[in-house]
Order: sequence, then C-alpha cells, then structure tokens
Amino acid sequence: MSKDDSRRVMLEKVMKDHGYQESALLEILHKAQEIYGYLDKELLMDISGSLNLPPSHVFGVATFYSFFKLKRPGQHIVTGCMGTACYVKGADEIMQAVEREYNIKRGESTPDGKLSLLVTRCIGACAMAPTIIVDDEVIAKATKEIVLQKIKQVLGGT
Amino acid sequence: MTATTVTLKIDGLEVTVPEGTTILKAAKDNGIIIPTLCNLEGLSPYGGCRLCLVEISGSPKLFPACITPVSSGMEVTTQSERLTEYRKMAVQMLLAERTHICSVCVANDHCELQSLANQLGVDHVLFERNWTRLEIDSSHDFLVIDRNRCILCTRCLRVCDEIEGVHTLDLKLRGKDAQVIMDLDEHWGNSCSCTSCRKCAKVCPVGAIYIEGEPVSHTKHKDIAEFITERRQRKWKQ
Repeated sequence: MSKDDSRRVMLEKVMKDHGYQESALLEILHKAQEIYGYLDKELLMDISGSLNLPPSHVFGVATFYSFFKLKRPGQHIVTGCMGTACYVKGADEIMQAVEREYNIKRGESTPDGKLSLLVTRCIGACAMAPTIIVDDEVIAKATKEIVLQKIKQVLGGT
Repeated sequence: MTATTVTLKIDGLEVTVPEGTTILKAAKDNGIIIPTLCNLEGLSPYGGCRLCLVEISGSPKLFPACITPVSSGMEVTTQSERLTEYRKMAVQMLLAERTHICSVCVANDHCELQSLANQLGVDHVLFERNWTRLEIDSSHDFLVIDRNRCILCTRCLRVCDEIEGVHTLDLKLRGKDAQVIMDLDEHWGNSCSCTSCRKCAKVCPVGAIYIEGEPVSHTKHKDIAEFITERRQRKWKQ
C-alpha cells in the first residue's frame, strides 16, 4: 500500500476529517471498508498507527461487528439470513446445501474467488422466510433447489 | 481536608467507607469476602464474571459488587440462597462454555475456577458442554495459551495494557466465539509488541496462559498487579 495510492489518499482524508481521534475508529473502519471493499491486516495496521491505537484493539473492534469483512469478498456473494424466522423455516439447511455443493464454510470464499458465502442476522423480510440473497437479489421462500440453481446461473454468467 | 464518607450496611454490619468505593472493596476492607473471578486488585474493574453479584435491599435486581459504588444507607446482602444459586449457575456456565477438564489441566489444584466450584459445591454441570477445540498457541519461546481453558475474564488483557503498558493482548470476535489475540491475531511467537513479561501468565486464574516447563503454582502470582501499582506510587510496605 503506497502512500500515493488514490485510495490511501481518500482514507487519509477521512482520518484527517476526524482529527485522527481514537474515538472515531468505528467511522473510520466503515469508510475504509467502503473505500477498499474489505479490511486486510495491512490496512488495519495502517489505521492503528494513524489513530495511535494498539493493533490488537483495532482487530478486536473489526471482528466484533459482523459488518466488517476481513477477507476479500468473492465476485458473487450469497448471504443467508439467520434471523429467527428464516432459521426455523430452514435457512440453515439451504446454507448447508450450498456449503456442500461448493465445499466452503460460512464466511469463506471459494479458492477461485468467484463465490463467497456469508450469513447475516435478520434482513427484515420475515414474512418471506426463508430468505437467501444472491448478489443483490433476495430470494423469498427459498428452497435448496432454487438457491443452487440461482447460484449456478450467476456463476455461469461470468 | 476530610474525604466524604458513606455509611452503609453489609450483611448487617455497619461500615463507613470513602465515597466512590465499590461494594466489593468496602466489604473486603471490613473482612467480608465476596467471591470474584475477573476482578483483580490493581487492575480496572471489568464486571464480566458475575460472581460478585450481591443483593441491595429495595431493588429486585442483583448488582455486581466490583463495579457498583456504595451509597449512603445502602443495605447489602452478600450471602443468600438466591445468590448462591446464581453463583453456582455462573460457574457452571463458565465450565460449559469451553473445554475444562481439571485432571489434564496444568492448573489443576491451582485454579481459581476450580476452587470456586469447590467452594460453591458445583459437583456437576447442568448445561450441555461446548467442548471447544480452539487453537493452542505454543509458538512463543515459553508462554503458551490454550484458548479452550480461557474464561474470558480479561485479566491478561488488562495487565498487559494497564501494568505492562503494551496492549499486545485483546479480544477478537464476540460472545462464545471471543478469543484472546496477540496484535493482529498473530501467533504469539510472531508478536512484535509482546515484551515476554509473563504478567499475563501470572494473573491468569485458570490454566489458559502458562509458562512451558514451569509449575503453575510457581508462575501464578495474582497480586502482581497490586504490587506493581503500589511500587509505582513509591509505597514500599510489604
């Protein structure tokens, strides 16, 4: 990460706007993820140095919130809703089917970087449970078959 | 100048302590022992283990004595059937959360969790155990961390930050997945900020952080934080 990298310049501006305050860590992590797409260790180390915070503290905050991604997300993202309604309606079984099919676990990406499997807490569409999000499309009343079919379709499209 | 004092009753005993004192400290100074696990003299209070819960008359809630300041006229109960039930439950939940098998633990017989369980009469765990299989990191020259035995009391984090001052240790993730990490989740041997001061092993109440090849009874020295704090204030009394 070179200092003249345009993304680094944007991040520097964000941190400067917050006066490099320790208390602004969360806002800065938010913006950093917006700019870079995910937070890798190099980036977290950079932020910890700029804000004068212990690296372990910054890592702790970044892993506390499921919103922050520490690994580069795949090209396509499948997100399963693990809210109560979706869970009892069988979202877990659908997720297991996807895990088996692509041999990845929740929170991981396929080795070719094409697909990431994530989980989220309630997306607020409980009436349509179980819901699975494939890229930006919410699949309502999802079943294993529909979801696997949809994933195949988006992966085939690249 | 006289400091403002507060008078309250602990287990029926009338005590007078300076304003701002915690219930735990007020009780201890008057010879009343409240069980604790995460609390350690010399470190900031944390209020995580819930073993020091006490009853305050007039409130149906239970209060953690280590972080509740005294107030005038307070009537505190530190021992009751209800409190024992809660404390037993807290110990059981700690035992169920990870993999605690005393017979194969380095800290067997020198473990604060074990002795609390004994004291409270916890002879079985009512909850299904998680039997975690988390990573054991022995990459450091002599410090070892077995996260399966960790009870997340954060004493090691606090001693690392507040006494040693390097803040190598912190927690990652949350809830039952929380784990003690070094720097950016590095292996201990690769941590660039750790000074190998051993204080984390000295204050660990269980067998999670220990020194390889050294008996735990020799390593443990939980008064270290208080000792160093006093010496820093140039107090030399033993």
